[in-house]
Amino acid sequence: METIEKTSRRNFLKIAALSSGGLVLGFHWSDSAAATFKVVKDEAMLSEHNFNSYLSISTDDIITIFSPNPELGQNIKTSFPMIVAEELDADWSKVKVLQAALDTKKYERQLTGGSGAIPHSWERLRKAGATARHLLVEAAAKKWNAASLALVTENGRVIDKANNRSLSYGELVTDAARIAVPADVKLKDKKDFKIIGKAIKNVENEAIFTGKPLFGLDFYREGMLHAMVQRPVGFGMKIKSVDSAAAKAVPGIIDIVQFKNNVAVVGKSTWQIIKARKLLKVEYEPEGTVESTADHDRLFKELLNSKDATVRRKDGDVDAAFKTAAKVVSKEYQCPFIPHNPLEPMNFFAHVRPNGVELIGPTQTPDRARGEVAKLLNIDPEKITVEITRLGGGFGRRLYTDYVLEAAELSSILKAPVKVTWLREDDMSGGTYRPAVRYRFEAALDASGNLVGYKLRGVGMNSGNPTREDNFPSGAVENLLIDSVEHKSSITTGAWRAPITNFLAYAEQAFLDEVALEAKQDPVQFRLNLLEKAKKTPTGAIKYDIDRMKAVIELAAEKANWGKKKNVAQGFSVYFSHRSYVAQVAEVEIKNGKPTLQKITAAADCGVVVNLSGAMQQVRGGIVDGLGHAFYGNLTFKNGEPEQKNFNTYRLIRLKEIPEIDVHFVNNGIDPTGLGEPALPPTGGAVANAFFKATGKRLYNQPFFKQDALEGVQLGTKG
Amino acid sequence: MATYQLQINGKTLQADVEPDTPLLWVLRDSLGLLGTKYGCGIGQCGACTVHINGTAVRSCSLPVSAIGTKKVTTIEGLSEKGNHPVQQAWDEVDVAQCGYCQAGQIMTAAALLAKNPKPSSEQIDTAMNANLCRCGTYHRIREAVVVASNKITK
Repeated sequence: METIEKTSRRNFLKIAALSSGGLVLGFHWSDSAAATFKVVKDEAMLSEHNFNSYLSISTDDIITIFSPNPELGQNIKTSFPMIVAEELDADWSKVKVLQAALDTKKYERQLTGGSGAIPHSWERLRKAGATARHLLVEAAAKKWNAASLALVTENGRVIDKANNRSLSYGELVTDAARIAVPADVKLKDKKDFKIIGKAIKNVENEAIFTGKPLFGLDFYREGMLHAMVQRPVGFGMKIKSVDSAAAKAVPGIIDIVQFKNNVAVVGKSTWQIIKARKLLKVEYEPEGTVESTADHDRLFKELLNSKDATVRRKDGDVDAAFKTAAKVVSKEYQCPFIPHNPLEPMNFFAHVRPNGVELIGPTQTPDRARGEVAKLLNIDPEKITVEITRLGGGFGRRLYTDYVLEAAELSSILKAPVKVTWLREDDMSGGTYRPAVRYRFEAALDASGNLVGYKLRGVGMNSGNPTREDNFPSGAVENLLIDSVEHKSSITTGAWRAPITNFLAYAEQAFLDEVALEAKQDPVQFRLNLLEKAKKTPTGAIKYDIDRMKAVIELAAEKANWGKKKNVAQGFSVYFSHRSYVAQVAEVEIKNGKPTLQKITAAADCGVVVNLSGAMQQVRGGIVDGLGHAFYGNLTFKNGEPEQKNFNTYRLIRLKEIPEIDVHFVNNGIDPTGLGEPALPPTGGAVANAFFKATGKRLYNQPFFKQDALEGVQLGTKG
Repeated sequence: MATYQLQINGKTLQADVEPDTPLLWVLRDSLGLLGTKYGCGIGQCGACTVHINGTAVRSCSLPVSAIGTKKVTTIEGLSEKGNHPVQQAWDEVDVAQCGYCQAGQIMTAAALLAKNPKPSSEQIDTAMNANLCRCGTYHRIREAVVVASNKITK
């Protein structure tokens, strides 16, 4: 059994005995170091707004578990409660799950991003369940005058096997609320897990397949105004003049509001504002730099040779290593800007009133949304509530709050409840893109094919540091230099699922494939040799787990039958991102004379798999996302304006184009390390390396389908 | 503004809207049927798929004035108790991630199976290729159509 110490923890337990009967357990995040507990008598304190606990148990056995983090398809609304229910030994069929509203006093890190929710909450969710279980067992022991150690829990009941009696949790909660909270609580041995690790269906399935309103765009309130915002057509532009007469004349239009660099059309229904907006006549003029994709291509060449790079990591003497090398390999890789394109476009509801603000909608960062609205309106954040709807995808776009601020500002100006809706065209031209980046990789090999020098320069548009300087193969090469140069672009950029690594991993893994070939080594063995070297004779700091990386490499190679298949071209890739490790083998076969991607085998180490169904799909979905965007994702600009604005010109991967995907998990029992992003980065590299094996042609730039090497090649196993 | 009497999910529902209003926005803004989703507005993503006289149609591109007495079915009316074989299959296979596109996927699949209860894998691919899923649940969509087909034809 594992024991969690209570000291240093900021989890505080609150127990409430409801007058109607029942137990509510909450973990509060206060600064005090001592655990406190009190019985709350006032029912008002238990209203949903005032008391968002992790779980409550009613006298009729219903267990309600609150899920604090935004749900965007990572399945957290199912996996969080599974962790609580596991330690509680709950009957899963009696568990209800509710999305909690923003409450920074009661929940920590109430955001979705960085593949971090499960790793961050794992221990405290387990403790919540185990604490409730402890109280229920103690209540039963007291009632029966039995030793609590002689009692077991199973499926929502405390059982006294020796005396052949049992009580349901609902029958015990009223007594349990009077039991003192334990200082320590014992957690289960992982081998005893009954719920964690199972394939449990999404708790929202029925609402989804019957079309219940779950998403932000589905939020309607009587008297609410609809607004749509015309933003500058190009980045680096500002409004010169606005003629809104024709738009204002459209039936149902209530107002045309100019704010900041925007013009909002406000009306009674969505279609009316869509129509009116088309009649707006807004002229723009440049404000600062107005950029085109052709400018970026030229800039990349300059920046790659810049003398003003920021050094990110330096080991040994790279100049000497490259001077004395037997062979030098140098390659460049470039990716374009891409939008996130969650299928539910940006939208938010705001109602600004004199005494407070109500915000409702899809956000990955409710706390940031509240803070920024407080700043915008100059009001106390305490006066703002944020209700989180289900998110129709996020991919990083809803980490940003521009669309929340629009709703708040319009509601403040109009003194009415307002829902702002973005069209697909707004979503695709509204910025916060994955930035365009170019990398130059250089490798120095000695006469025996050993990698003795390694250089990486990353240059990008608002990319900050587009490297992961401490990732593999850093630590395995004596002489290494990683640096970067940034161009400040007027095009807005932001985190896109697996920020930086969504393209860096591709470039690196495609490059290492070339280096392995030059070194006359098998690509898998080449990586294993480097890891062995990093373990035995590390250079500088090693910030990845060598054994975990080695394990996924070996598992993927074994499951894909690496190097042993006839007439199948295999490509390999492995990457560590966030806190997890994923290796992939892609397989290309020649069908009807054309190279065709048939299969991807993935081996993932995300620690303990919480929900096998969700995890399987998270890996497959990540691979489909990585593959689709590597192949097709391409947002280009002319005079600051995006040239693709909807799915007729911006291509997303479709059902016919997916290969078979075979997923395996490493079972090492370590605490979960996250899975929202790590399956995506390795995909592009594995696929490009397999196409090379099949065709002899290398891919360097994304999107792949625009490159000569893949001319005429389409995804899809059926040609 | 004009008044339309629409045959939706077996009921006559009334909407006062402009004749060019797409069915999608009549369903969502006027009738409170929110299961049908907006994704692109140009018939490319399939999130707004409904049935018109049993055929899968993009409601974002269909003006209300073109509907007349044709029978409209939305996800809310696909079955009374949410137990259409396609809905059951979507649950059993645990298809959804974010879930936003799934009503449209289900409506496309249900229209396919109504016409062709035992489609080949190529026919499934061709029909379902019309609907985008940004989360990438395509493998499960394929699998669920087969599960639903087996339920219908057993």
